[in-house]
Amino acid sequence: MDYLTLIQLLDSTVRLATPLLLACLAGLFSERAGIFDIGLDGKMLAAAFFSAAIAAITGNVWLGLLAGIAASLALSLLHGLASITFRGNQLISGVAINFLAAGLTVLIAQSWFQQGGRTPSLIGGARFNPITLPFADQIEPLPFIGPLYAELISGHSILVYMAFAAVPLTWWILYRTRFGLRLRAVGENPAAVDTAGVSVIGLRYSAVCICGVLCGVAGAYLSTALQAGFIKDMSAGRGYIALAALIFAKWRPWYALWATLLFGLFGALETRPDVIEALIGIKVQGQLLGALPYVMTVIILAGFVGKAIPPRAGGEPYVKER
Amino acid sequence: MERQATAAPAIELKGISKAFGPVQANKDISIRVMPGTIHGIIGENGAGKSTLMSILYGFYKADKGEIFISGKKTDIPDSQAAIAAGIGMVFQHFKLVENFTVLENIILGAEDGGLLKPSLSKARKSLLKLADDYGLRVDPDALIQDIGVGMQQRVEILKALYRQADILILDEPTGVLTPAEADQLFRILGRLKSEGKTIILITHKLREIMETTDTVSVMRRGEMTATVKTSETSPAQLAELMVGRKVLLRVDKDIAKPGEVILDIKGLRVVDDKGVERLRGIDLQVRAGEILGVAGVAGNGQSELLEVLGGYRIGTGSVRVNGQELDLTGKHSDGQSRRKHGIAHVPEDRQREGLIMDYHAWENTAFGYHKDPAYRSGILMNNAAIKADTVEKMERFDVRPPNPKLAAKSFSGGNQQKLVLAREIERNPDLLLIGQPTRGVDIGAIEFIHQQIVALRDQGKAILLVSVELEEILALSDRVAVMFDGQVMGTRDASATDEKELGLMMAGITEAQTPPMEA
Amino acid sequence: MDVMPKWAEVVLVPLISLLLAAILSALVILGIGEDPVAAVKLMISGALGSTYGWGYTLYYATNFMFTGLCVAIAFHARLFNIGGEGQAMLGGLGVALACLYIPWPHWSLALLGATTMAAIFGATWAAIPAFLQAKRGSHIVITTIMFNFIAAAVLNYTLVNLMRPAGSMDPATARFPDATKLPTLHDMLAPIGINFSKAAPANISLLVAIAACIFLWVLIWRTRLGYEIRAYGHSESAAKYAGISPFKITMIAMTISGALAGMMAINNVMGEAERLVLNATEGAGFIGIAVALMGRSHPLGVFLAAILFGFLYQGGAELALWTTIPRELIVVIQALVILFTGALDNMVRMPLEKIFLTVRSLRPPKPERKPVEPAE
Repeated sequence: MDYLTLIQLLDSTVRLATPLLLACLAGLFSERAGIFDIGLDGKMLAAAFFSAAIAAITGNVWLGLLAGIAASLALSLLHGLASITFRGNQLISGVAINFLAAGLTVLIAQSWFQQGGRTPSLIGGARFNPITLPFADQIEPLPFIGPLYAELISGHSILVYMAFAAVPLTWWILYRTRFGLRLRAVGENPAAVDTAGVSVIGLRYSAVCICGVLCGVAGAYLSTALQAGFIKDMSAGRGYIALAALIFAKWRPWYALWATLLFGLFGALETRPDVIEALIGIKVQGQLLGALPYVMTVIILAGFVGKAIPPRAGGEPYVKER
Repeated sequence: MERQATAAPAIELKGISKAFGPVQANKDISIRVMPGTIHGIIGENGAGKSTLMSILYGFYKADKGEIFISGKKTDIPDSQAAIAAGIGMVFQHFKLVENFTVLENIILGAEDGGLLKPSLSKARKSLLKLADDYGLRVDPDALIQDIGVGMQQRVEILKALYRQADILILDEPTGVLTPAEADQLFRILGRLKSEGKTIILITHKLREIMETTDTVSVMRRGEMTATVKTSETSPAQLAELMVGRKVLLRVDKDIAKPGEVILDIKGLRVVDDKGVERLRGIDLQVRAGEILGVAGVAGNGQSELLEVLGGYRIGTGSVRVNGQELDLTGKHSDGQSRRKHGIAHVPEDRQREGLIMDYHAWENTAFGYHKDPAYRSGILMNNAAIKADTVEKMERFDVRPPNPKLAAKSFSGGNQQKLVLAREIERNPDLLLIGQPTRGVDIGAIEFIHQQIVALRDQGKAILLVSVELEEILALSDRVAVMFDGQVMGTRDASATDEKELGLMMAGITEAQTPPMEA
Repeated sequence: MDVMPKWAEVVLVPLISLLLAAILSALVILGIGEDPVAAVKLMISGALGSTYGWGYTLYYATNFMFTGLCVAIAFHARLFNIGGEGQAMLGGLGVALACLYIPWPHWSLALLGATTMAAIFGATWAAIPAFLQAKRGSHIVITTIMFNFIAAAVLNYTLVNLMRPAGSMDPATARFPDATKLPTLHDMLAPIGINFSKAAPANISLLVAIAACIFLWVLIWRTRLGYEIRAYGHSESAAKYAGISPFKITMIAMTISGALAGMMAINNVMGEAERLVLNATEGAGFIGIAVALMGRSHPLGVFLAAILFGFLYQGGAELALWTTIPRELIVVIQALVILFTGALDNMVRMPLEKIFLTVRSLRPPKPERKPVEPAE
């Protein structure tokens, strides 16, 4: 495999890892606060549709992004209502949200655009277009560094850079701010937070909302940057892979980056069977490669490669006790 | 003294009432606590003490009544308001984040500004000062999960002091402490009092009330029955106020006639999931026709002892019942195989272990014995037979109401315990394991349960009794073994020992021996 | 203490949840500019107005009975098996292998063999997550989700690379031999003089599904194993005390659960498609969640909820055919049912409990229902 192929592979790794990373960080906020969220996929899907739809109608991708975030946020609030306010089962709520998004997006898409559950193709300002970083053209001719900078680092949409910036930001919020301390505490022992005079409900709702915003960006990226428009079920289980990455990352921000990059790489390899064949000499089926993140997550979950210990109060609604 | 009498009370509650569904937990309670005093609130389990304090700390909202803090009417809708009013509370079950440091736990909810760094360094400084002022030394950077319960309790007190609490409520603070640790706690409380803090101590232990408080209120069944000066009352009077009539602390029983050894434990060891050694070589024997009481502060291995004997915890060493070796590896044994060995087990926690709270009484009668051929017809369960059996057992053990179709959770604590006892004792076991037989049980049922245990002994059965209530141990046992830190500190004849000696042993001290190093 | 009488618990709560889901669905239909009343009429006539409609309704209901029971039995052991979809896919593989590679002399034997293979394949696919949960503490919800994806990949790989007949472009197996053709309801009802639609796919698997409902009822409520499964579901700590092995119960409950999901394949793969195609399950494994929640995990409840969802599915297909309402409307209804009967259960329950408490406090309670005072 030559250098340029490698750069291309890594480039698509970054593209494919971005939505995973955003969704994974979204899940991280929610689960660190003790709210399990298997509805990441649904929130991404809803955001993907509404951002593409509004971008298509207004021609402004930023309005689209806002609409996507709003849609995802609405589902987050529904999850909060079920799992925080009414102390329902968080897993069941997540399942319901996934189906709700899967059904409603097609229903509304059909009603608005009559194109068989898709939005019109987005062009121009209705899409997030690649950004060329400064000096990319000048550096490109340089050997080694040139393609690295111009192809891999430069030339992504703004959302990609936002996603990568979100990693240190998340780390900083979690470990260096009052909010982060409280957020981690509420996922470990909500009673400690409650008796310290801090609202468990308020904290958990804010965590769920952050999750909604990040999922919204992830969904918007899918339909307005990675692709040009919404198609039915376009999240394609990415929410679940993000969930897998979250476990893989043991609920930590930097690990989340590496986990999603790894899963992004699997995705990139899936589209390049020639590269794998050249690398290991045998033909590997794309379908099997696609299943690799799931298999790896099961192995991690089984504790064969280091134990993943979830936040202690995760999944349990908080009930005051004497 | 004069000044104190004229000053406004630090806390005054007027006519507090609180109901949970049909249960009236607090009924028209009024109380005045003067500043700079230690006020005890004593009552049996379930008397409503914790509910009252939870109302004061904003955990529950009272249905009726008013709260005055330093003479000012104060609304306490949540913990935040309680903290703002200068109230701090140390709960029975600590409210700490296990994987946070001491310092992080202390600032949680009382941070200065949005960033952690300044808060942490400020807290570190005040922690040093508090340590000097009150003798409350802790390692600020230790993780909670790595320090002992005594230390954790200290963190809870520091949390309250860091929030500048003037009023400190402690709910059953000595339940998890050794007598020595408890004494240390009371010295700290004395010091806090001398600095002008007001302390409310909730407990069901008379000794603590008599030794530490200035005034004491007695609660019974949600009502406040009396408030008296501690110096003007006696343990006997308080006990009577607590239960409403004179209590017989001694159970009528004849001298035991021990027979052959039924249970023979040699070198029993248990390592828990975290790799901590919970039992460190236990040797015990129980003979037919005797009650061996196992005393100790909760958490010193008694639960693990019962669990390994009950067949649901793995151990090493040797345990013989009726001369037959029990499997301790868990490979060929479980709760049911133990029953075939003639072992019956009334577990420490009837709600978590002894009963399925959502099962009907009749289903619970078969619990653990559901494979009994008498309960079977073909491949199906013979529900009619189980129900008939339940009706009989309920009658013999006076379970009220005698309705086998009621879910276990609908019975009172005492009647739940009777259901478990009926199930286990009626099996006519050779060995009865019984843990905390009267925890959360009303007085009437306590006497009944104690009589049943003694009656079983008199039938020549061996009984291993685990209880954290020394009084109960002394009243029932023929011999007493004291456990400390996974070991048996010693065994005494019940007639030849007293609370003082046992108390020392519970702290890990036997005569002519220095206390072992604290972990 | 039970605040509500039993009838309210098993009938009123699900009915109100269903009503809420129906109202919201009607609003959705209004929102996309269609008439909900007309839609319901069309659904009823399409799904129940002819034996053809009934044939489809019952065909879908058969699928949902299997997957609903699959989720229900796991619920009794307090295990959430989201993997019904993957287990049903694997069940399809089992059916395909049985039908294609064994020369069955008669459909009855083929049904027996295919059912066994489907159950074994589904059970195996559920047993792995069960084992990982019981022995390694891996969260079964996450592992079963992962196993759904892995199952899809395995099936895809098998169909494309191993089982696809030479020359075919379609990722599907060859058509099953005629000897494995199951009698349809038309075949079964004709001898007793009922002229049931010949085109509808409902077949003898329906009877197997009903038998499974009865079997599960006996198992859960009348056998020692059922007693142990429920006990474990209520309280793991108490189960350990009573000598009920968490490992054993987790394995058995999930194996039965997976077997039931797998058995769905005799209906959709053997009874209807008569070959194994990609996405043969069409999400039926997930509908099982809604069915089990709606049916309160009781086999009779599952039976009724499965028929309701069968009706919704067939009705939804008719809607998609005759109006501009896409089939995804059913997915929305399914989501709402899961939401109201599962996650927002307390929202429905809390006000109801309040009403019952008020009603009870207004009239003197019957003595046996009275909250128990401590004995004196």
